[in-house]
Amino acid sequence: MNITVILIGVLVLFVVYLVATYNGFIVLKARIKEAFSGIDVQLKRRVDLIPNLVETVKGYAKHEKEVFENVTKARSALMNASSNEDKAGANNMLTGALKSLFAIAEAYPDLKASDNFKDLQRQLEDTEDKIAYSRQFLNSNVLDYNTKIQTFPNSLVANMFNFAPESFFAATEEEKKEVKVKFS
Amino acid sequence: MTIHNQISSNKVRTYFIMFFFIAFISFFFYLIGKYFGDSQFYFVFGILFSIMMSFGSYFYSDKIVLAMSGAKPADKKDFFDLYTVTENMAIADGLPMPKVYVIEDPAMNAFATGRDPQHAVVCATTGILEKLNRAELEGVIAHELSHVKNFDIRLMGIVTVLVGTVAFVADWITRSLLWGGDDDNTGGKLGMIFFILFLFITPLIATLIQLAVSRRREYLADASGALLNRNPDALASALEKISGDTLILKTASNATAHLFIENPFKKDKGSKAKSFLAGLFSTHPPVEERIKLLREM
Repeated sequence: MNITVILIGVLVLFVVYLVATYNGFIVLKARIKEAFSGIDVQLKRRVDLIPNLVETVKGYAKHEKEVFENVTKARSALMNASSNEDKAGANNMLTGALKSLFAIAEAYPDLKASDNFKDLQRQLEDTEDKIAYSRQFLNSNVLDYNTKIQTFPNSLVANMFNFAPESFFAATEEEKKEVKVKFS
Repeated sequence: MTIHNQISSNKVRTYFIMFFFIAFISFFFYLIGKYFGDSQFYFVFGILFSIMMSFGSYFYSDKIVLAMSGAKPADKKDFFDLYTVTENMAIADGLPMPKVYVIEDPAMNAFATGRDPQHAVVCATTGILEKLNRAELEGVIAHELSHVKNFDIRLMGIVTVLVGTVAFVADWITRSLLWGGDDDNTGGKLGMIFFILFLFITPLIATLIQLAVSRRREYLADASGALLNRNPDALASALEKISGDTLILKTASNATAHLFIENPFKKDKGSKAKSFLAGLFSTHPPVEERIKLLREM
């Protein structure tokens, strides 16, 4: 009699733990998905700003065809990327292409002085900041989730229901290096 | 103390302050009623009045605070840096975008208010926007958004309105004591009641303010803010600039002082700071200490 009661109690506790842990994983996964869509919004905004920027620069620097082509190519690669790894890669490619676009702008004082160009540059910089912070938010959520499903005893529940670790949204090699001081 | 502890302790304290306010005002009206011979009517009136005040301040403290400090809404076009920095920090913290306000004042300061992250307001003076660079502003806004996330804003907003009311009543009592002190017998009796009441009010207000104002709250917001923009030095240098600034925010009052990132009365030690509430408590931890901690992160 007494033992049955204890056994039932233990069983109930176990089920409660199982449900709570499972739901906890689901909540974290949903948060990761939301964070990813936050990044998508910013990537979309970046993609939308580029045609305007290219047109503006073209008005002052027609013959820099190669640079425009690279930017356009990187832009469509980002638009067509579907997996998160592809998006991260294409976004990094675009960052590189834009860098050379802004580098040639340095050679055209009229372009640099134009309000339109300044405004576009400011908006692009802001979008890049937003991508960086969305990525930071995503990665901290991924870290939370991965830690949770890999620590004992949650790992048992994770294995039971096939919760796999999520991947981080990678930064460019250049951004990782940014903290280093350059002597050149 | 973790963030989650801080959030639940803030919520409990908020309800405690609301309850205390209702009890205090009801008792106050009861005493007035006793004097006029209809204590029941006044008591009921006091209860209803204070309940309305409590709920009103729970839902409208942000609007009251903004009106008290003369803030106006900021748009993205005219205040690009403030607006976009707030957007960015909200993204980094996973918070909904708060409303953004500015105060036209050359003094450097900023605060956040609202009842929860869904109804939050971030407010900065035009002075702080002019004198800080983008990274420093990011540090300040990250600090403010940490107050939002920790529900500090709800507690501080309610304290502003309710303690402000109690302070106003206390002030009024002191004045009526001075004014009607040497009257005939009845006036003397009323004066006695108020005098006794007043003896209780002062330490009670002190306790209430201390509930809301804690040094730990500011340190915690500094630390979790630094975690957001990953740049504690930016907030440290912003605090250095703010503390070196000698201008006084005109629209700040005793009731709103604890809301700001730095004590708005800091340089005015002679006159205003000695007034009733601000003189009794220092509302912020020493800025040198905060800067030192941030530099060590």
